[in-house]
Amino acid sequence: MLTEYELQALLLSLKIAGIAVLFSLPFGILCAWVLARCQFIGKSMLDGLIHLPLVLPPVVIGYVLLLTMGRQGVLGKWLYEWFGLTFSFSWRGAALAVAVVSFPLMVRSIRLGLESVDIKLEQAARTLGASPLKVFFTITLPLALPGILTGTILAFARALGEFGATITFVSNIPGETQTIPLAMYSFIETPGAENEAARLCIIAIVIALASLVVSEWLSRIARKRLEAAC
Amino acid sequence: MLTSQKMSPLHVATVKKQDRITNDVLTINVKQKLGDLDLDMNVELPMQGITSIFGRSGAGKTSLINILSGLTRPDEGYISLGERVLYDSANNIFLPPEKRRIGYVFQDARLFPHYTVMGNLHYGCDHKDPEHFNDIVTLLGIEHLLNRYPSSLSGGEKQRVAIGRALLIKPDMLLMDEPLASLDLPRKQELMPYLEMLAKEVNTPIVYVTHSLDEILRLADHMVMINQGKVVVSGNVNSVWGSLEMRPWLPAKEQSSLLTARVNLNHPKYALTQVMLSHNAYLWVSRLNQERGEWIRVRIHSNDVSLTRVKPEQTSIRNVLLARIDKIHHIKDDQKVEIKLRVGETHLWANITLWAADELALKVGDEVYAQIKGVSVTKDDLA
Repeated sequence: MLTEYELQALLLSLKIAGIAVLFSLPFGILCAWVLARCQFIGKSMLDGLIHLPLVLPPVVIGYVLLLTMGRQGVLGKWLYEWFGLTFSFSWRGAALAVAVVSFPLMVRSIRLGLESVDIKLEQAARTLGASPLKVFFTITLPLALPGILTGTILAFARALGEFGATITFVSNIPGETQTIPLAMYSFIETPGAENEAARLCIIAIVIALASLVVSEWLSRIARKRLEAAC
Repeated sequence: MLTSQKMSPLHVATVKKQDRITNDVLTINVKQKLGDLDLDMNVELPMQGITSIFGRSGAGKTSLINILSGLTRPDEGYISLGERVLYDSANNIFLPPEKRRIGYVFQDARLFPHYTVMGNLHYGCDHKDPEHFNDIVTLLGIEHLLNRYPSSLSGGEKQRVAIGRALLIKPDMLLMDEPLASLDLPRKQELMPYLEMLAKEVNTPIVYVTHSLDEILRLADHMVMINQGKVVVSGNVNSVWGSLEMRPWLPAKEQSSLLTARVNLNHPKYALTQVMLSHNAYLWVSRLNQERGEWIRVRIHSNDVSLTRVKPEQTSIRNVLLARIDKIHHIKDDQKVEIKLRVGETHLWANITLWAADELALKVGDEVYAQIKGVSVTKDDLA
């Protein structure tokens, strides 16, 4: 059904998006929690910084990543020297790029989820002898689950569709950084490959739709479980 | 008996009130600025029985118990529970709520919606003690709710689960913030017997916030009245009730005296029980189910007490006590006089008209007969 080439692009897309979401989720929850629960000077700065990728042209993000995280970049150089970790022209770089781009979407949903958790319940848990950490994992997190699920899947869908930042930062290498949007771009650029482009287009639509349906379904289940409970 | 509803027989061996006499006190000396309210409290509460914190809304009742629980931190001061220092601003000590071992029953129950009743009850107790668990669950009558989620419980049931949850951490003290206030009347009546039983059976000192005089009468042993963030008066319920500070809080028809009495004997023919105020002062009240010698609390409305100079004979009134006038309190701009009488060791208030007071030429130290038209029993389990 799928050609080997399409399958390769599809699996690479899923891997990059999956790993990006997996690694950014803890940071996403942390940032959302800080924004939802803490009051400090410079909070609106942090808020703005987190949301910046939502409004910046993706090509700008890719370029900034190239400057900072590339082999010669400020951070990239340091990471390479100390950990032998390199992002440029590898799927890891692609994952980093899509993580940055999808991060604000994730934080927004999780923040809404956390804000819907009643602080009074957390106080009650404290009086029952629970440390702040236990309260977070047994009360706050489970009650914010619908928001966290929505945020994760939205970020995953956004990551699958990422194009500009990826191609700017890690280029378009089949098997390494060539996700579905990048592969499609290659076909469109190639004369006479309209059919291949159309097939990829359909695959992209199908997985985007599927992830939205799954997201809706999961958050409905989570909400139902909580409502049964509320 | 007030708690005569259908209730399962109790097996509350481990939570039974022991004859433990503690000299422990809860020492509170705190200051905190809360918006317009300046909280400044300095009071010692006994670590026994139920202490009721009474005052109108906004007086600082809930703020006070939030400070006790550790949910809010006062600006300065000192709090200790027996030997344990909970807060000491001078030495920079502040125990967070999870380290205080103080149970808290909130006005709005605050059950965790994603846990079953069982999960809620177990939330705070790490070391499982099935016997204690069963005792508490039986005492509160929540055995049949264990597998349900809080959403399917009535307000009264939620409150019972919340009380159980707080008791299961084996707290040194239990705080209750108007546990009946958010319930409608039938739910209040449903929960009240459990609270009365709690007062009787559980050996944990309780600080009970309320603005209901009725709840104080039925539950409290000790009371603290607060107003605008300050303690107005604190002490045994009977003495605070009879104090002048309490007068403004009691509408004319509610003005009354509280007396403790011991059950003596039942009338052989009529449904009446004689109770003893002191060795030569007795009252007849409606038939009680208590054993001889048990302590009860009775309430006598000041308007139900009339005075005579000579011992009344051939009267329909059954309760006549010999009393001595302790104080005559004239109320400004009113034709009423409040007379404080001494009967044995206790006090009794009588409201009479100015005309009557003048005609009888009453003065402090006089002996009079107090005729009492009505006596009600408000707390039948004074330990």
